[in-house]
Amino acid sequence: MSLPTRHFDALIIGAGGAGLNAALQLASAELRVAVVSKVFPTRSHTVAAQGGVNAALANMMPDSWHWHMFDTVKGSDYLGDQDAIEFMCREAIPTVYELEHAGVPFSRLDNGKIYQRPFGGQSQNFGGDQAARTCAAADRTGHAILHTLYQQNIRARTHFFDEFFAIDLVRDAEGVICGALVLEIETGEPLLIESKATLLATGGCGQVFRTTSNAHINTGDGTAMALRAGIPLMDMEFFQFHPTGIAGKGMLITEGTRGEGGYLINKDGERFMERYAPRAKDLASRDVVSRAIVTEVKEGRGCGEHGDYVMLKLDHLGEAVISKRLPGIRESSKIFAGCDPVIEPIPVFPTAHYAMGGIPTDRFGRVAMPAGHGSEEVVAGLYAAGECACASVHGANRLGGNSLLDILVFGRLAGKDIIDFVRENPYQRTADSASLDWAMARLSRWDQKGQGIPVQELRAEFRKCMEDHAGVFRTEAIMSEGVEKLREIRARLPEARLTDHSKVFNTARIEALELENMVDVGFSIAVSALHRQESRGAHSRPDHPERDDQSWLKHSLYYQDGDRMDYKPVRTKPLTVESFPPKERVY
Amino acid sequence: MRISVYRFNPDTDTKPRMQDYEVKTFQGMMLRDALLEVKKQDESFSFRHSCGEGVCGSDGVNANGTNVLACITPISELKTPIQVRPLPGRPVIRDLVVDMTQFYEQYRAVKPYLVRKDPLPEQEIPQSPADRDKLDGLYECILCGCCSTACPSFWWNPDKFHGPAALLQSWRFLADSRDQATEERLDALEGPYKLFRCHSIMNCVEVCPKGLNPTRAIGHIKELMLDKGL
Ligand SMILES: Cc1cc2nc3c(=O)[nH]c(=O)nc-3n(C[C@H](O)[C@H](O)[C@H](O)COP(=O)(O)OP(=O)(O)OC[C@H]3O[C@@H](n4cnc5c(N)ncnc54)[C@H](O)[C@@H]3O)c2cc1C
Repeated sequence: MSLPTRHFDALIIGAGGAGLNAALQLASAELRVAVVSKVFPTRSHTVAAQGGVNAALANMMPDSWHWHMFDTVKGSDYLGDQDAIEFMCREAIPTVYELEHAGVPFSRLDNGKIYQRPFGGQSQNFGGDQAARTCAAADRTGHAILHTLYQQNIRARTHFFDEFFAIDLVRDAEGVICGALVLEIETGEPLLIESKATLLATGGCGQVFRTTSNAHINTGDGTAMALRAGIPLMDMEFFQFHPTGIAGKGMLITEGTRGEGGYLINKDGERFMERYAPRAKDLASRDVVSRAIVTEVKEGRGCGEHGDYVMLKLDHLGEAVISKRLPGIRESSKIFAGCDPVIEPIPVFPTAHYAMGGIPTDRFGRVAMPAGHGSEEVVAGLYAAGECACASVHGANRLGGNSLLDILVFGRLAGKDIIDFVRENPYQRTADSASLDWAMARLSRWDQKGQGIPVQELRAEFRKCMEDHAGVFRTEAIMSEGVEKLREIRARLPEARLTDHSKVFNTARIEALELENMVDVGFSIAVSALHRQESRGAHSRPDHPERDDQSWLKHSLYYQDGDRMDYKPVRTKPLTVESFPPKERVY
Repeated sequence: MRISVYRFNPDTDTKPRMQDYEVKTFQGMMLRDALLEVKKQDESFSFRHSCGEGVCGSDGVNANGTNVLACITPISELKTPIQVRPLPGRPVIRDLVVDMTQFYEQYRAVKPYLVRKDPLPEQEIPQSPADRDKLDGLYECILCGCCSTACPSFWWNPDKFHGPAALLQSWRFLADSRDQATEERLDALEGPYKLFRCHSIMNCVEVCPKGLNPTRAIGHIKELMLDKGL
């Protein structure tokens, strides 16, 4: 088959914070880099991040990367790899300064330094008083960072393929990954991009759940591409439900609201977090607060006509603080909840927010998978960074402000490592025709005509199933039923048909390809969750309420082939400091 | 509720048409929800959208003659039947999807990035809260294009006049106490078109879904130019 083909040193799939920070390293090193994004770069979902990015700058009070590391390990419920966590927390400091130098309009203190706000799970001195570690640009930090990174890429003359949809990775005759098949959305024409190294930076997959803070485009495409390439996904059962989504809608109300002094109340006006987390209260870790909210509602203390949400109270902060520090939240609350937080509380309920798991990588963003007999092997030329990857710094529960950090640190490092890789592997590889045919078949499959299940219908059914069967609380019975339903949906997927087969800007076709990706990723979440018989971080099982370090202090690996599970040890040894051994996790 | 949307698919249509749909409404429904409902009934209908909360800037459209961001525009504020068309003045790719290439080119043309010539400090470049406040109302732009595509000067000269969105960003960097390229930025805006085609019609201010004020920013740039020229 002869396809239009382009050649680059590096192909980056995804133009969110991770992809753009990687691209910046490569373009600045004068490598030929292509960035493919299914939306114009500044429309990537990093733009929606509100609260901020963590770094122990100590601008507000004493702080250290070591305390940050402790909080992250504890927050992860000890499932995070401590070498990667140490690395990230150390790198956080120069990373934030670098962003500031690049132009990010951080909020400021009177002494001219970057403003930092308290966020959940942060402490001074290894579990002591609340810290303030989250560097913020009002409540629009993600927007400020994403636009700045895009701007710097304009300066570096990065080559962008805007509104191109990546379909699948392709391999050469030896089986080495050498680029991807992509679809130009505007023309509907396929294009082969061959590259010496490929970075997956496709972001999250929150759309697999019906109620989510994630954008329409967060469908786990890169994650599914890796699965189909035979790479296992790590720790997919750990999906974060953010405590404060706007009730019934899912849009996010940042944890920064509680960082600034807001708190949650039930229908009796009780500040209920005092019961669940006497010390940290509303700034306990996200898994803890989400479970508390669901429990309040289940036990009949929810607010509203149906008692199905709680309230987030901010009015006591006063208009000045709210307008200065939380202007975006005030705007969103007015628009979507019909209330002004300066006057009345916001109705909130947990919303599907963040995938802790993903494509397994080492500290340099290199995709790594078991090679039998307990050792690990790097997949030559393939990298992953950002929310689609799992380095693993978040373990079983991510701390607020650590994801922007993760995408920036590991995006940058992946970029740097790709520079070395390309220098050592300067020859272009050529995609094998069988591999190409396979990828093309994914596309042409949707050209089939005739009667079939509408994509939208199956999509709605799938997302509802995930919400009902893989939510905040998970029992064996609920999850087994969910996996069965998913199998049925997966079996019906080949019966789905499009009615619109036109080429130009056919969004129905894109959504069909996205649905396939979502189902693949949904499976990895449900199957991994069903197997893990303990409660840890965001994975909460009333039928196995305790954390079980004896049997389960290990990473899950889900393989698509036969929906098979495998496990690998947690890396508990940091780089330079002493290990933090698992302890009971109280806030 | 009836909604009438602009339809054009170059694969199958020779000319555009308006097509009516009947959609069920609900409390708090946004225009984007209505468009999604149309999409549910007719998957051949295309429009861009993503975050659903007014930050990604994908779903700028023209509703009843005014440019709006569909995801934060309640249908209760629109007279029915709602007429939805693509952003004006841009080539239509399909249905509500327009070609924004020129808009992005103008954005890139103002060198929208911080330029620092001094050696970088080890920590942050200090900035006072007062200096930082000068960026409020500027950096929040989401590049939705509602403003530039509502601007008659941009309609007539999209290749020469930078347009309100790009000029707002130009001022965002001129106003940043950390930026050190004032001269170059101003020099690059010389001439009758790039900046001076703005005739303060203020359509941009009226339509900006984020409540920003490009006209004022353009005024500031002009003032600064005069200052420097004297
Ligand atoms: C509402 C909200 C608020 C948040 N607030 C915070 C916060 O305050 N602090 C914090 O640390 N974290 C926060 N997070 C989490 C954090 O923002 C995200 O995890 C992070 O931004 C993800 O970045 P990314 O670069 O991995 O992906 P994204 O920014 O999602 O980018 C993914 C990119 O991949 C592209 N892509 C995807 N699939 C394809 C395909 N098939 N073909 C081509 N391109 C493709 C997309 O176009 C996009 O460019 C928040 C998340 C949400 C949803």
